[in-house]
Amino acid sequence: MLYIFCPHCGSRSQNEFAYGGDATVKRPELNKEISDQEWNNFVYLRKSPRGKHLELWHHISGCRQWIKVERDTSTHEIFKTYKADELTE
Amino acid sequence: MSQDFRLDNIGMVNRNKKISFTFNGKKYFGYEGDTIASALIANGVHLVGRSFKYHRPRGFFGVGVDEPYAILQLERNNERDPNIRATEQEIFEGLEVKSVNCWPSVNFDIGAINNFLKMFFPAGFYYKTFMWPPSFWYKIYEPFIRMAAGFGEASIKHDKERYEHKYEYCDLLITGSGPSGLASAYAAAKNGARVILAEDKPRYGGSLLTSDVNIGNQTGAEWSEKIITELKSMSNVIVKNRSQVFGYYDHNMLVMSERISDHLPKTQKYLPKQRLWYIRAKEVLISSGSIERPLVFGNNDTPGVMLSSAAKEYIKVYGVLVGKKPLIFTNNDSGYETAIEFKKNGVNPLILDTRKEPSSDIITEAKNLGIEIKYSYVVVAAKGYKKVKSADIAKISDNKKDLSNIENIECDCICVSGFWTPSIHLASQSGNKSEFNEKIDAFIPKKSKQKENTIGSANGKFTLEETINEAFNKGYEVSNKITENNNKVSVPTVVEKKSTEHDKFWCVPLPKGKSYKRFLDFQNDVAVTDIELALREGFRSIEHVKRYTTLGMATDQGKTSNLNGLQLVSDIENKVVPQVGHTTFRPPYTPVSIGAIVGREVGKHSKPTRKSPMHEWHEKNNAVFVDAGVWLRPRYYKQGNETLFEASKREAKNVRKNVGVCDVTTLGKIDVKGPDAAEFLNRVYTNAWLKLPVGKARYGVMLREDGIVMDDGTTTRISDNHYHMTTTTAQAANVLSHLEYYLQLVWPELNVNVVSTTEQWAGAAIAGPNSRALLMKLFPNTDVSNEALPFMGYKEADLFGIPAKIYRISFSGELAYEVNVESDYGNFMWEKIIEVGKEFQIQAYGTEALSTLRIEMGHVAGSELDGRTIPHDASLEGLVSKKKDFIGKRSLSRSAFIKPDREKIVGVVPLDKTTSIPEGSYIVKDPKAKLPNPKLGHVSASCWSVEYDNPFSLAIIKDGKNMIGQKLFAMSPLKNKTIPVEIVSSHYVDPEGKRVRA
Ligand SMILES: [Zn+2]
Repeated sequence: MLYIFCPHCGSRSQNEFAYGGDATVKRPELNKEISDQEWNNFVYLRKSPRGKHLELWHHISGCRQWIKVERDTSTHEIFKTYKADELTE
Repeated sequence: MSQDFRLDNIGMVNRNKKISFTFNGKKYFGYEGDTIASALIANGVHLVGRSFKYHRPRGFFGVGVDEPYAILQLERNNERDPNIRATEQEIFEGLEVKSVNCWPSVNFDIGAINNFLKMFFPAGFYYKTFMWPPSFWYKIYEPFIRMAAGFGEASIKHDKERYEHKYEYCDLLITGSGPSGLASAYAAAKNGARVILAEDKPRYGGSLLTSDVNIGNQTGAEWSEKIITELKSMSNVIVKNRSQVFGYYDHNMLVMSERISDHLPKTQKYLPKQRLWYIRAKEVLISSGSIERPLVFGNNDTPGVMLSSAAKEYIKVYGVLVGKKPLIFTNNDSGYETAIEFKKNGVNPLILDTRKEPSSDIITEAKNLGIEIKYSYVVVAAKGYKKVKSADIAKISDNKKDLSNIENIECDCICVSGFWTPSIHLASQSGNKSEFNEKIDAFIPKKSKQKENTIGSANGKFTLEETINEAFNKGYEVSNKITENNNKVSVPTVVEKKSTEHDKFWCVPLPKGKSYKRFLDFQNDVAVTDIELALREGFRSIEHVKRYTTLGMATDQGKTSNLNGLQLVSDIENKVVPQVGHTTFRPPYTPVSIGAIVGREVGKHSKPTRKSPMHEWHEKNNAVFVDAGVWLRPRYYKQGNETLFEASKREAKNVRKNVGVCDVTTLGKIDVKGPDAAEFLNRVYTNAWLKLPVGKARYGVMLREDGIVMDDGTTTRISDNHYHMTTTTAQAANVLSHLEYYLQLVWPELNVNVVSTTEQWAGAAIAGPNSRALLMKLFPNTDVSNEALPFMGYKEADLFGIPAKIYRISFSGELAYEVNVESDYGNFMWEKIIEVGKEFQIQAYGTEALSTLRIEMGHVAGSELDGRTIPHDASLEGLVSKKKDFIGKRSLSRSAFIKPDREKIVGVVPLDKTTSIPEGSYIVKDPKAKLPNPKLGHVSASCWSVEYDNPFSLAIIKDGKNMIGQKLFAMSPLKNKTIPVEIVSSHYVDPEGKRVRA
C-alpha cells in the first residue's frame, strides 16, 4: 500500500485516496472546434509509461482535494506531490 | 499412551500442567507449552499424514514454519480450522486434531496405491494424464482428484470468531527475535527509536534457546530472557510473540498476523482470535534467520527422517527425543551439535559425515564424548514404511560419485543437515535482488530496495560473534538516522565453539540397480526424477520448471526444497546456481487465515449500513427492506400475508388514485454555491442553466466526456448564488468527485464550491392526485396553489414550527412534491404527513411501487442509464443544448452516436397482456432463428402497470422509434421463455405529462 504525501494533510495511506489517471492530459477548451482525432486522443488515449508518471489522486477520505503525484510506475517510488494548482517541474 | 520419549530434566514446557488432547480420535497427554508435534513425538507418534501425490506416509520434518508435512485439521470451540502446522500449533485442554489427505485412515490409506502407480504420476501429470477425453474432466477426473487430494476441509459454517485489523507506525520493525533481532532491537531501543519486535514462535530467543553459547557471561537463553524483559519494560518498544510478519509491501508497509487466541481452548472475552497488523515502518531489520537444508537420499521422506536442528530443538525446548537410536547424517558441523545433545541426554547417536577429514572444536567435543563418527559416509536409503527402521549406509568416493561398503544398520530416526539457507523471503518481497554466496551455497540479500536491511543468519552470518556485532551496529546505525540520539550501548562478549567448512555435497547417488525415490520437495512430492524429466522435456526457465513440477509451491513456498531444486537444475544443466536464478518469493511467507485478512469486514460490516431518520417508522410498519447502495430502503410495506407483488401493486395504485408518501432521503444532495455557480452548472449539465430563476427547479442530465450519461436529477436555485443539486442514490459519491475534478483541475477560475448535503436533509416524496390537498393541511400558512407553486417550483415553508423546503418535482408522473427538513426533524415530518394524510387515504410506498410508477411513465433510471447509453438512447435528446458547450458534448457527434438506427428506449407489452417479461430478455424478430439470434436490444425494466392492469416493460432497442407498433418477441434463455410482444411508446401513461402540471 502506497504512502502518499498530501500537500494539504501530510503523509497518508493509499486507502484514503482514489486514483485519477494521467495528470498531464489537458481538456480542450470549451467551444473550440476540434477534429474527431484530437477529441478521441483526449477522451481515450493515455500513455502507459514504465517509469516516471505524473498522475492525479483524489484525497476522498481526507481533504477531498485532487493532487498531482509524480510516481515511478515500476518501482512505486514517489518523487514529489503537488497541489492541483501548483506548477509541476 | 505414556510419554515414552519425554526427557525428565530438560526443556521449557511446564511440567506442572498436564494437558490432554486427541489426535485422530485417540487421547494423548502433553504439557503446557508443547506443540502438537512435540507432544505426539513424546508419545512416540510419528505418522501424521499422507503425502500430496503418492499418499506416502508423512511424519515430522521440522519444528516450526519450515514444516512441510505435518499439516492437520483442527477442531476448536466447535470451529473447524484446516491447514494447521503441527509444529506451530500449541496444545490446549480438549484440542482435537486429525490427519488430512488420507482415506479412510492415516494407517490404511487407499490413495497409497498411487505410490505403486507412480510411473503414472510423473512431473506435469495433471497436464498430461487428465486431459483426454475432455468430457471426462468434470465427471470423473476432477471429483477423483478432489477426493484424494487436499490439505483439509474449510468449515462451511459462519465463523463466529472475531478477527481484528490494526494500523501501527514505528521507526524500526524487526522481524524475528533470534540473536540478531534481540541485539538490534536492544541497540535501537536504547537509542530512543520506536521499535516493534515480532517473533513468530511463543518463545523469544530463536537459536539462542538451543545453542551452546555464552553472551556476556550468560547462557544464550539467559541473555535472551534478560534482553526481552528489558525491552518489554520500555515504553518505546512493542514486543509481540506468536506474530509472523508475512508480507513486505510498497513504501515499507509490512503485514503481520498475530495469533492471539489460537493456543487457548477458547478466545477470551474482549480479545480477537487473530489480529492483522498493518505496520508502516521507517526502517526494517529482517532478522528472520535461516532454515536447515535437507540432504537428498533414497526414501528421504520416510517418517523419522528430519532436520537435525529440529531434533535438537525438540530436545532442548520440549524435552523430547525424536528417537532413541539416532543416525545423524551431515555435511557440516551442525549435525554434531545435535549429536552432542543426544549424547548428553543418554542416547548414543551415530554420525555419518560426508566430509573426509574435518576438524573443529565441535568435532573434537563430539569425539571426546565418545560419539561414533564415520567420515566419507552417506545414507543411501531409509528403510521402513511408516517409520524409519534402519538405513542402508555406504562409503562414498572422494569424487562423490561411487558408493562402496553398502550395509544396513538399525536406527529409528535420521537427522539430516545439509547446511543452512538464509530466509530471504521478506527481503525478496521488498524488491531486493539477492545474490548467490559461494561460501554458503545460498542466496543472500544484495542491495536494499526499500528501507530494509537483513542481518544475522538471514544475511548469511553463521557465527554468533559476527551476528551480534552486526546486529548491535545496525540497530544503532538505523535508529540513529531517525533519532540522532547518538546513544550507543556496548556490545557483550561472545563465546562459541568454532566450526569448520561445510561440504558442498548434498545429493546421494543411487546405488546400481536401485530406483529409490529421492525427494526434493516434501510438501508437493517432487523427486529428483521429476526435475530430470522436466528438463528432458525441454523446460529450462526455473519459473517453468517450478510450475511444471510444482517444486516450491503451495503453503510451504519451498522453505526446505528451493535450494536443492536449484542445485539439481544447475548440476544437470552444467551451470552454476546463480545462472539458474531463483523463483520469486511472494507474500505470504506463511499461510494466513482468511478470517484475519477479512477482519471485521464481515456481514454488515463489509459495508456500513446507512439508514434514513425515518427508518424506525418503516420498521414498525412492517417495511421489507432492500439494499440501495449502502442504504437500506423500504421495498414495500407488508400488510397481512401480502406478497411483494400484491403489496407494491396496492401501494402504486394508491398513489395513482389517492396519495402516497415515499422516503427519498437517500437521494444524493450537493450544495453548489458561488458567483459562478450558474456558469458551472451550464457546463456540467447538457441543458441550459443560465436563465433559471430563483425559486425554480430544473431537470438535468450530466455526461461523462465520452458522451455516456453519468447521472440525472433536479437542481433548484435557492438564491442567486446557491443551488441545491440532487443526484441518484447510487451515483452521489461519483458526482461529487466529478464536480470537484472540474472545479479544482479544469476550471479553477470558476468561483464555486460544492459540498455533499445528503445526510443533512431528510426527504419525503408526496405523490398522487390528493397531494395538494394534503400539502394545504400540512402548510396552512403557505400558498401551495398551482399558481403560487407550479410544476418545478420551490418554496420554503413552515411545517408545524419546523423549517421545511418544498420542491414540486415528480418521479411518479403524478402531481407530486418533495418535502425536505433537516435530518433531525425527519421522523417528525414523516409522522405528521402520515397523521394529516389519513383523511386523504395516504399510504407509504416503497421502492418497488416507485419503480412501477416510473416505468409505466417511461421515466429513465439506473437500469436505462447503465453506462452504455447516450441521451438520445434514453429519449433525453430534447435536453441536449445545441447552442452551448458542456462536458461530453463533442463526443455526441461521433459517428457511432449519430447513426440513424441508434438504440432507443421503447415500451414493450406482451400480446397476451398477462405474461410478465423477465428483465434482461432479448428483443428479437424471429425466435426460431439460428443461434446466436441477432438481438435488437434488451428489456431494461419490467413492472405490472397499475394504470392498465397488465405487464409493461421498458426496452432499449435498435432503431426504436421506427419499431413502435411492430410485433416482436422477448426471449429469455435464462428463464426459458419466449413471449410475443408489441412495441409501444415508452410513455405508457399520461404521455402529455398533464398530471404533473395539474
Ligand atoms: Zn489531503
